[in-house]
Amino acid sequence: MVMAADSQFHVLAVDDSLIDRKLIERLLKTSSYQVTTVDSGSKALEFLGLIEEHQRTNFKSPSSSSSSSSNIHHQEVEVNLIITDYCMPGMTGFDLLKKVKESTSLRNIPVVIMSSENLPSRISSRCLEEGAEEFFLKPVRLCDVNKLKPHIMKTKLKDQNQEEEEETTETEFESVEKQQQQQIQMNSSNKRKAGMDEEGVGEDRRRRIRYNSNGVATVN
Amino acid sequence: MLGFSADRLRADMNRLLALLFHQGVLDEQFLQLQQLQDESSPNFVSEVVNIYFQESERLLKNLRALLIERELTDYKKMGNHLNQLMGSSSSIGANRVRNVCIAFRANSEQSNRAGCLRALEVLEHEYCYLKSKLHELFQIEQQRVLGAGVRYPMQQN
Repeated sequence: MVMAADSQFHVLAVDDSLIDRKLIERLLKTSSYQVTTVDSGSKALEFLGLIEEHQRTNFKSPSSSSSSSSNIHHQEVEVNLIITDYCMPGMTGFDLLKKVKESTSLRNIPVVIMSSENLPSRISSRCLEEGAEEFFLKPVRLCDVNKLKPHIMKTKLKDQNQEEEEETTETEFESVEKQQQQQIQMNSSNKRKAGMDEEGVGEDRRRRIRYNSNGVATVN
Repeated sequence: MLGFSADRLRADMNRLLALLFHQGVLDEQFLQLQQLQDESSPNFVSEVVNIYFQESERLLKNLRALLIERELTDYKKMGNHLNQLMGSSSSIGANRVRNVCIAFRANSEQSNRAGCLRALEVLEHEYCYLKSKLHELFQIEQQRVLGAGVRYPMQQN
């Protein structure tokens, strides 16, 4: 069964407390999100890993429908945002955040952290440095959930820009090789790939190419 | 006549809620729970509250067991249980229970056994009071739903 990925945004909620999972699920569903809840960071990674693995399979054989993949039931599932409790036994929300941001395929997913107590500022600034979008103090309210859309849309726009620039989907390893080839071939500027060594710089370049030009990009 | 009793029941419910808010037993978070209940999730509040009852009773039992242990009282574990109870109490709006947990936790952090025992007594009392009042609330709600002839979920087997 294929689910249209764009019709609803999908949020992965991570919390070891059953009550809080019920609560966040209800809050998100009320706000028209599709929700998956898990009770630990490792289960979250497992869930995300299934998507990651399937995406990698897709990249390698874009033409085939990867019917041999055992993960086919995850075909259209993507996660648009992760919301996680900070304080959990085993893998904390911070550990999960780091793992997500370290992963090449998952790092674009926005992560929001929930905490039952005001986190000391050194902890909250570390989280922000690692890439968390923001914090919610528990109990989470509907007005908090209303703040999620901009984070999702920002990422969606980034992803769309990436898609529109690249004619074929590539892994990051392949793109570096291609870039070298292109420099030799002197490709048209629209197809020029930004250097992938510095992910941040690459993304900025892509954004600038997209926003500033109606035709030819001037940014290298 | 039906309308009269439905109104009276609603008034009873509101009066009870007002009392619980006034006493600080419940706070606005409980209202948030009620707002999240609708036709697509008609039993949301009672579902969550029942989970809360189960969890809390387990935690209270654990706390008592930890305190009975005189020799090697595990205050750290106590703190963990209290954090859990605090968190879930805060999530459903059980304001007074949460506040007692805070005081209890302070005692456990100082390894103050007598203080912990006193706090546990208060906690158990507060919890019992909360539970009985919430049951009362749900009973009124059920009567109101039944009496008003509102679609009552029929079990279809």
